[in-house]
Amino acid sequence: MTVVRISDDSLAIACGADAVAAAFAAAGCAVERVSSWGMHWLEPLAEIDGQGFGPLTAADVAAVLAGSSDKAIGPVAEHPFLARQQRFTFSRAGKTRPLSLEDYAQSGGWSGLRAADLMTPEAIIEAVTASGLRGRGGAGFPTGIKWKTVADAASNPKYIVCNADEGDSGTFADRMVMEGDPFMLIEGLAIAGLAVGAGRGYVYIRSEYPHAIAKMQAAIAASADLIAPFEIEVRVGAGAYVCGEETSLLNSLEGKRGEVRAKPPLPALEGLFGKPTVVNNVLTLAAVPFILANGPQAYADVGFGRSRGTMPVQLAGNIRHGGLFETGFGITLGELVNEIGGGTASGRPVRAVQVGGPLGAYHPPSDFAVPIDYESFAAADGLIGHAGITVFDDSADMAMQARFAMAFCAAESCGKCTPCRIGSTRGVELIDRIRAGAGRAADAVETLPQMRNARKAPRTVAEDVALLEDLCETMKFGSLCALGGFTPYPVLSALKHWPEHFGVMEAAE
Amino acid sequence: MDDAARIAGIVAAHRGREGPLLPILHDVQAAFGHVSEAAIRIIAHDLNLSRAEVHGVVSFYHDFTPAPDPRPAIKLCRAEACQARGAEALVSTLPAQDKVRIETVYCLGLCSVGPNAMIDGRPHARLDAARLAALVDGLA
Repeated sequence: MTVVRISDDSLAIACGADAVAAAFAAAGCAVERVSSWGMHWLEPLAEIDGQGFGPLTAADVAAVLAGSSDKAIGPVAEHPFLARQQRFTFSRAGKTRPLSLEDYAQSGGWSGLRAADLMTPEAIIEAVTASGLRGRGGAGFPTGIKWKTVADAASNPKYIVCNADEGDSGTFADRMVMEGDPFMLIEGLAIAGLAVGAGRGYVYIRSEYPHAIAKMQAAIAASADLIAPFEIEVRVGAGAYVCGEETSLLNSLEGKRGEVRAKPPLPALEGLFGKPTVVNNVLTLAAVPFILANGPQAYADVGFGRSRGTMPVQLAGNIRHGGLFETGFGITLGELVNEIGGGTASGRPVRAVQVGGPLGAYHPPSDFAVPIDYESFAAADGLIGHAGITVFDDSADMAMQARFAMAFCAAESCGKCTPCRIGSTRGVELIDRIRAGAGRAADAVETLPQMRNARKAPRTVAEDVALLEDLCETMKFGSLCALGGFTPYPVLSALKHWPEHFGVMEAAE
Repeated sequence: MDDAARIAGIVAAHRGREGPLLPILHDVQAAFGHVSEAAIRIIAHDLNLSRAEVHGVVSFYHDFTPAPDPRPAIKLCRAEACQARGAEALVSTLPAQDKVRIETVYCLGLCSVGPNAMIDGRPHARLDAARLAALVDGLA
């Protein structure tokens, strides 16, 4: 019987994989639902004896089975998009059934946990530190140091919290881990528990990811005996973007409003319920089993500068070959967008590339030589964040994108700190005024006699631009968390590189 | 069983957990389609919280609504990656109608195949005006 492998990832399902799978089954094939290879433009992708076919509809099935399909892409594993990658975290992508313990064990699963079981907690932390692994959620904090802080904290109990509130547009690697290789994340959580002496872990998943929630719950139930006495529980978010921020996430887990907490105290010392807590991103914890199984050096050998190991880059937006591209740090933005991504899906020239989600800077093609590395992106006035890369073609109005960044911040602000809560709304108003190009006169309140310090003269557009920059400065340095603090990145980068979209002719410096 | 008893049952099922409020609110929202003032009273009483505390949590999160809306809903992503693939133009093609609730979400995690939507937990990708209109018609 012909065995057909089709992904059951929610992206494949969104593209029609269930109908294709049903058509193969109706034609007498045995259908295996596996994880996604990450070649999203080819989904739904079917694999028969290693040969790939995609993107398919149910109508293509007869031709595929007859050997006459024009959707054939040759051997899947040798596809150029995959051949250029270095897959550590996504080594099983496309190859295993996500909820099969048998597939997981046969592909090297649990070997990291077995290795950790034989090590002292200090040795586990030493291995993670030596690997150079840094937090993949965006801040890039060294994971080993965070774990050591929690391990050394005197208070008990301790918690592991996995941040799976992947709200950034242009990112989907966390979702692919949870839907495609949930046992790997569970293994990473269990290793973290051993390392710091925590008995309980929470995975906080956003409610927009129902498939990931279901897969994680099923995987946790199936593997409970294997990781005992460590226990893991899934908690579901409730539609608040800001809960991706670690302290806000902790409040949400505790059953409170998802408001940001001031730091210090660090969550590593006073986190969930005031107890020492490791808060790590999905990709951070998912990288840990490889490090323990293969040794820290195997991980640290790959990378660039102080960014060691691999980064699962997510190619999104208006890009021809979108999907998941895991590679060592150091690949340039231009290689990712043009060579690997194949430019825009619309075929028009690239105007801007937003790196790092809604809070990441917009980069023009002149930044394409910048390598994917935490320090290099900081030097280019940007950030890697969670390594989501969203491509825009030349129909994008960058002033509107800047306005959206402010409006998004206003909609999603938790309200705790003033620069974010009020600054974002003032930012939307300012950008509207700059785009209208009219400047503004002093308003009724400003002209009241008792408003002695208020300015009475009209403001010009140039003064409004300066005010916007000043506002961004205040938000950047005055906000409690990255939502208010990083919203200026997309705004100022758009203003710097595309001043003409704001109606401002010379570059505002 | 009346509503109050059902709500009390939901609270009792979760009360022993650490941080039980969000799981309780999710279950109440799923069971009743909203979190009513009466539900807030019961939850607050049973968890020994003030009504203000529970109300504060309910009103903070987009997923909890104060009043029911029995219409079927389509969640349409309007975040950056879908914008880059024409989501805003797509929104402008939506016909005026009031049988289906059009909700905005920011990101369904399908950012390479947008514009995207989700209906009752089921994702839909690569939407164009015709496919979106068909989805809306299918719900109405």
